Amino acid sequence: MSIDEKQDELIEQFQLLDGDMEMTLHYLMELGGELPAMDEADKTEENIVKGCQSKVWLNASLDEGKIIFKGDSNTDITKGLVSMLIKVLNHQRPEDVLNAEIYFPEKIGMNRFIGTQRSNGFASMIKQINYYALALSTERSDA
Amino acid sequence: MTLEATIDVTAIRKEFPILNQEINGHPLVYFDNAASSQKPNSVIQSLVDYYSNDHANIHRGLHSLAERATSKYEEVRRKTQEFINAPEQEEIIFTRGTTESINLVARGYGAKFLKPGDEIILSEMEHHSNIVPWQMIAKETGAVVKVIPISNEGELLLEKYNELLSDKTRIVAINYISNSLGTINPVKEIIQKAHASGAIALIDAAQAAPHLKLDVQDLDADFLALSSHKMYGPTGVGVLFGKRKLLESMNPYQGGGEMIREVHFSGTSYNDIPYKFEAGTPNIADVVAFGEAVTFINAIGHDAIQHHENQLLDEAMSGLNQISGFEAVGIAKSKASVLSFNIEGIHSYDLGMWLDARGIAVRTGHHCTQPLMERMGIEGTIRASFAVYNTHEEIAYFIDSVSQIINKFRK
Repeated sequence: MSIDEKQDELIEQFQLLDGDMEMTLHYLMELGGELPAMDEADKTEENIVKGCQSKVWLNASLDEGKIIFKGDSNTDITKGLVSMLIKVLNHQRPEDVLNAEIYFPEKIGMNRFIGTQRSNGFASMIKQINYYALALSTERSDA
Repeated sequence: MTLEATIDVTAIRKEFPILNQEINGHPLVYFDNAASSQKPNSVIQSLVDYYSNDHANIHRGLHSLAERATSKYEEVRRKTQEFINAPEQEEIIFTRGTTESINLVARGYGAKFLKPGDEIILSEMEHHSNIVPWQMIAKETGAVVKVIPISNEGELLLEKYNELLSDKTRIVAINYISNSLGTINPVKEIIQKAHASGAIALIDAAQAAPHLKLDVQDLDADFLALSSHKMYGPTGVGVLFGKRKLLESMNPYQGGGEMIREVHFSGTSYNDIPYKFEAGTPNIADVVAFGEAVTFINAIGHDAIQHHENQLLDEAMSGLNQISGFEAVGIAKSKASVLSFNIEGIHSYDLGMWLDARGIAVRTGHHCTQPLMERMGIEGTIRASFAVYNTHEEIAYFIDSVSQIINKFRK
């Protein structure tokens, strides 16, 4: 599935929630539960995403030309946010990640349920993901 | 319980239009009062009335409207004087809030009188606004900041305070009530001891003003700071009380209009207190409306307010205590209606979001007291803080919500 197809799938899921806050939080926590575990050894200062209110770790590696993102958070709801991003961008080529337009947060009305400050944190996660993608695309062309 | 100590919460709630709304499909339960309280109709209406009928720039105008605006503004100074039992109305300075009041003292007094090696005593439970201004002035003057430690229960260790006091102590700056823990500190005793060491004392009364009767003469406070918006008044208004002699000895805080007597390029002389510290056109409308907030509190009375809030605190505390993993942060013997807590295994942020989904507004995080959180060995807390308009039903709904929410995490 392409990045956009995955985004559209997520948007559809949120439409089913119909803006209900409790159901949204339930769903986010469920998504957090689906996030592949991150090695404790990878939860380093270096991998902390700056600008998030709660702690968020992200790292990335390359597997046969596709990026594998790993992430975690110390809060369950934020973990759901990390999970959404990883779901959408995992197993894609670095170039595709870099070129992707991340439109799902706006479509699912994320600002409304996570607030401005946390939206800034989410933007920091996207920035971090782009750094990784850029670094990995350079690594690949070097190889 | 005295007869005066009963209040009609239903009637009081009708005075607060903002409370009558739904958040996420549930009636709003506003438990973030320690951050800022809501405003009664009298305060809101006063802003409209002032701008509709009475506004002009104050003090300098000769015309009738300027005179009317001036008298309304100065009337609130008198009211504030009474509210905190200050000896003179000139000892009341209007600022933007507690933060500015403290900065004014740090700048106006600290910068003038502190010398290298002089000591400023704070406590581990201070709000950042009663830490950072002192750190800044200490850095500039070579003074040193000393910190009174606290117990695990969240009480000041007074014997440590005694040890910190010395002939080097110049300023003791302490909060009356901790915004994160709700601890009511024995400020009268703290001030006495500061004086005995030849130091002056500043009381951060931001949290105390809505809960306790303030009496600067009984406390013998040298300075006392408070904020209007935490006591049912508008944002953008604060008060600094200072003893006349101290205020007169201080440097002005800001330069500009109003604070001068005469201005010449060869030199400028300053106005008398309080105007010396009120440079520029002040926040007239909000000061006028703040007067209505004072009237609102006086009409109910601090005793009745405190009695009601203490009941709410006790109910919340005993209800939450039944929940496994509940841990209150700050269990001082003397406490105001601030309940800080954590639930084992659940991040405060997650619980805060879930409570919001049920219409309950609480605060999560470090509450601008990072050194305190460090001392307690925690990242933050969930803080529910109660005001005069909160109800027993809201407390029951809150306890019920917390226990339902944590089940979602423990499945």
